[in-house]
Amino acid sequence: MELIVLLIALFVLSLFLGVELITKVPPTLHTPLMSGCNAISGITLVGALLAAGGGQANSALVGVLGFIAIIFASVNVVGGFWVTNRMLAMFNRKTARGGNPL
Amino acid sequence: MNASVIHLVYLLAASLFVFGIKGLTKPRTAVRGNFLSAAGMLLAVVVTLLDQQILSYGYIIVGLLIGGGLGALLATRVQMTAMPQMVALLNGCGGGASLGVAAAAYYDSLFSGTYTSVAIAGGLMQLVGLLATALASIIGALTLTGSLVAFGKLQELIPGKSIGFPGLKAVNAILFIGALLAAVALVTAPQSSSLFIAMIVAALILGVLLVLPIGGADMPVVIALLNSYSGIAAAAAGFIMGNSVLIVSGSLVGASGLILTQIMCQAMNRSLANVLFGVMAEAGETVDADEVYAGKVSSASPDEVAMILETAQRVVIVPGFGLAMAQAQHAVRELADELQNRGVEVAYAIHPVAGRMPGHMNVLLAEAEVPYDQLVEMERINPTFEQTDVAIVIGANDVTNPMAREDKGSPIYGMPILNVDKAKTVVVVKRSLSPGFAGLPNPLFANDNTLMIFGDGKQAVLGLTSALAEAA
Repeated sequence: MELIVLLIALFVLSLFLGVELITKVPPTLHTPLMSGCNAISGITLVGALLAAGGGQANSALVGVLGFIAIIFASVNVVGGFWVTNRMLAMFNRKTARGGNPL
Repeated sequence: MNASVIHLVYLLAASLFVFGIKGLTKPRTAVRGNFLSAAGMLLAVVVTLLDQQILSYGYIIVGLLIGGGLGALLATRVQMTAMPQMVALLNGCGGGASLGVAAAAYYDSLFSGTYTSVAIAGGLMQLVGLLATALASIIGALTLTGSLVAFGKLQELIPGKSIGFPGLKAVNAILFIGALLAAVALVTAPQSSSLFIAMIVAALILGVLLVLPIGGADMPVVIALLNSYSGIAAAAAGFIMGNSVLIVSGSLVGASGLILTQIMCQAMNRSLANVLFGVMAEAGETVDADEVYAGKVSSASPDEVAMILETAQRVVIVPGFGLAMAQAQHAVRELADELQNRGVEVAYAIHPVAGRMPGHMNVLLAEAEVPYDQLVEMERINPTFEQTDVAIVIGANDVTNPMAREDKGSPIYGMPILNVDKAKTVVVVKRSLSPGFAGLPNPLFANDNTLMIFGDGKQAVLGLTSALAEAA
């Protein structure tokens, strides 16, 4: 009972924190923000690992479902962070140039 | 490893995500922010692998290698112009992962006999667990297929325009209510797995049908919304396992997507419901394109436009989706360089919904090494058009249509636009006079101070640059 109340509180507070954080992101960075957040949502990988490697039922179906979840989540994580880094590196290249060829 | 230690490490990972997103608020700190998030992810994954609950590593290692390899391949191969597709695909993967986790958790409990027949007897935890399982499955399934359709549209595997059939809304409503009813039934009778499967199938179909009728220019809203869904699905999966890091990160991402969705809707002056379910508002009176354009459109060659540019003091470039289509970002940068070498002040006007996802134009121009301080948001650049000698519109249409400002009967009336028509001269680079996504003629093209350059965006811009260079 108490654990679930705590988890719901965590959920609500994180939503507020998210709103506070994201409203400060300038439009220039909206695409990297999306792909970066996307990579973070790949945190389901943790759940997928527990599902694929653990489980009380010791059933093949559960293992396969966990395996599929791991593949999806790791594409999400690796692809997301990597492509975000590629984009952000382009934004930073200009700072290196002094940002001002005027 | 001790369970409390694991949970503390999860908390650390969640904190790293928060710092990571905070880093994304400034271009200067963004790369570091992304690394912090990635470090948090690595930490969470490593500590999970050390968890004693994990008994076998066979599936895990193979899965990580396949998924990680695919992800790396996608991330290194994708072109910057294809970034909307990439983000759509990644959203879909996030949804698929949550669906997989929820299904695995469901069948694990089912086969190990954890579920008791009546939820109340099983206690509150079972009730919450089942609700979370149902929610994670529905949202995950919907995100998976919806994102795949969005990907197909952006990649032009299926037509980008709105696809629908009469009664589509009714079918969607039935599917949605059906999935919800199955979820409720599942909570009261968790042992009937056919209910679980029916619920997922309904959500999978719903995902396809929800995105199919949404046309090209509304894609930024859909992508932002699916991004939000993928986060909420992850948070729901967190509730299934009582896992704090999933809940925190999932809700952060959910909030992010919702805010972006809201920004996109505001930029089109439409409500979310209108984008998702409405066709474009009914036009009060159909505006005849021939009537608007008849005899009033003047076209010019790049040489003629170059002569105007020679005497300009300030030039504003307005990019749209056509710039991405023509891969003209580098050509545009070269034109801007040539203008700047002549002492002309150059800025880029960025409409929030230009392109196919939030920030699309910024990424393209960043690829072409345009300094980000030259990219100016709509609110800041609009007052400066009156002091602008030449506005060059490349592949943008509806976001420059003055009807949004002037014609109360117009379906796009009230949508914030870039006031390019206030500039002394407007140059529009476009293939033809065909209407934009809204299907409306653009009176801007018929204005006295507007010159059209008909042709491919990239060729036209290259032509302008060389004409300008020759004039030097």
